[in-house]
Amino acid sequence: MPEQKVVDIDYLLLEAPRERKFITGAQAMAEAVKRANVDMAIAYPITPQSEVMHLVGDLYAQGYLKDYYRAEEEYGTMSAIAGASRAGVRVFTATSGPGLLRGIEAIASWPGHRVPAVLGVLTRVVNAPLSIQPDNIELAYLLHSGIILLHAENQQDVFDMTLAAFAISEMVDVYIPVAVATEGFFVTHAKGYVNMTPEDMKLPPRDPYKAPVPVTDCEVPPARIQRDAPVQKSNFMSYLIHAVWQQEVWASNMRAMKYIYKYLGGPIEVVNPDADVFVVASGCAAAQGREAVRYAQQEGLNVGLVKIKSIRPFPAKEVREALKNAKAAIIPEHNIEGWLSKEVKAAIPNSGIVTDGPRVYGGMTLPVELIMEEIYKSLGIKKEKKVVI
Amino acid sequence: MKRYNIRIAGVGGQGVVTSAHILGNAMSAAGKYATLVPFFGSEKRMAPVEAYVRASDQPIYEVGEVVYPNVIMIYHPQVITHGKSYTMPFYSGLKENGIVIINTEVDILTDEDKKVLEDLNTQIIMYNATGLALEIAGTELATNMAMIGFFFGITKLVNFEHIEKAVKERFLGNTFVASGGTASLDSAIEKKFKRKVELLEKNMQVIRKAFEIVEEMGWTEEKQPAGA
Repeated sequence: MPEQKVVDIDYLLLEAPRERKFITGAQAMAEAVKRANVDMAIAYPITPQSEVMHLVGDLYAQGYLKDYYRAEEEYGTMSAIAGASRAGVRVFTATSGPGLLRGIEAIASWPGHRVPAVLGVLTRVVNAPLSIQPDNIELAYLLHSGIILLHAENQQDVFDMTLAAFAISEMVDVYIPVAVATEGFFVTHAKGYVNMTPEDMKLPPRDPYKAPVPVTDCEVPPARIQRDAPVQKSNFMSYLIHAVWQQEVWASNMRAMKYIYKYLGGPIEVVNPDADVFVVASGCAAAQGREAVRYAQQEGLNVGLVKIKSIRPFPAKEVREALKNAKAAIIPEHNIEGWLSKEVKAAIPNSGIVTDGPRVYGGMTLPVELIMEEIYKSLGIKKEKKVVI
Repeated sequence: MKRYNIRIAGVGGQGVVTSAHILGNAMSAAGKYATLVPFFGSEKRMAPVEAYVRASDQPIYEVGEVVYPNVIMIYHPQVITHGKSYTMPFYSGLKENGIVIINTEVDILTDEDKKVLEDLNTQIIMYNATGLALEIAGTELATNMAMIGFFFGITKLVNFEHIEKAVKERFLGNTFVASGGTASLDSAIEKKFKRKVELLEKNMQVIRKAFEIVEEMGWTEEKQPAGA
């Protein structure tokens, strides 16, 4: 392990020199952890998993982390992450599919407990019948938990978002956890080019006193809420405490937006802003959308891409602005429910322009040709279909 | 440059995935782009195996299996005759103006298959790649090399040197130094190394011969692969 010197957050994220490596998405996440001055990681090796926590285990063995242990299961992992974070250390864990759902009760309590932490979500099928493929329905379960949720398109995004997540999570005016999600297999197991900051530079350590709530002070929230739980008070007090605290959690979530602008170049990316038809996508569906824009250009069609990087906070204003003159918005997704489509429709006044799909699920691949079919339909182009399927 | 979305179908033991890696590495050696996706099932000898490669001189964003290829390579005739494939019929999803390369001793396409492929304006190539591998390298295990040779011979995406670099990487590893003092290696390693070098040389001979066959047969890429 090289001697790592602490550098300023802004310098590391925005200015430090970068070197290009050809690595998997799982490696990209671990490489970000390596540069994030993480104190402790806790994980449970459930199947399905990604290689992330294995690679973070290697980092511990090399001396990058102070502590690492295998929890009894995911509920234990997520509870211990909260405990460690509230004790004042910087923590990281990652999980997938069924593991995320097993841990979700604890995860949903993190924002209310003002727990800064970073959670990697490497998506896999949940629900029966059993499968281990990369469907992303599990992200729908995180949307209402109060956690900040970033969705990575590729290996580069995984690196950038994970490193930025540690910074954003600990900002005093945010101070809630950040989840960085990406699709299993398509991104975690596949290699891509990643421009990475130097190995011998790391983020400043967590300063537990730079916090909106004192660490383990039993007299003020959130610890006070734990000791004298609202449920023990009158109903009126219970309503009141919970209501104001939830408002604060969601306000924190929105306050993260300025840091998403600063460190990740904003919550959305727009390709060809004057397009007639937009593909609106997040995660690796955005990569397929990028290819659809290229196919469309070859055919002389005016198609653009709106890639949504931040799912929570949801960039409603930005999406509204990007789609204000669009004739159609096609929303490809890797899940049957279409959670992104619902978010977009709720955010724009002209929701009639939205095409719900194409969607693939069960972890299937999402061919660009399916997106093209919807583009043709939206432009009233009839194509003779010769391909045999 | 055009984009090649390639589906390789063969049976376990033929080096389908290995050759996909070599294809990708050759593109990389030429300073171009490639991505590959092996289809992992419960692969075993003679069971269906598929691998997918995307190749271009532009960055490739797309992920996942290639459902709509413009190049299909069939490494074993049983993929077609016995239906040993994840994708049935073998040309399912093939785009117009594509290329199909089949390893077979005899014409194994039915009239119905031919009609479909002709309607798609497909360039169909059937050649006994296994026979070529046996003749040149003395082993049918070099069938995949013949197939790679045909593909690159036809498309001319990379030079012979790029393929050689990729094959070397695969068989000798990245750390191989041609001028390294092999004399200092102990005899066991030397023996193993010697065998590897022979293997490498035989593989390269097969690829070289495949290039020659492409020239002799006049298999040049006449048509632009479809809208990829």
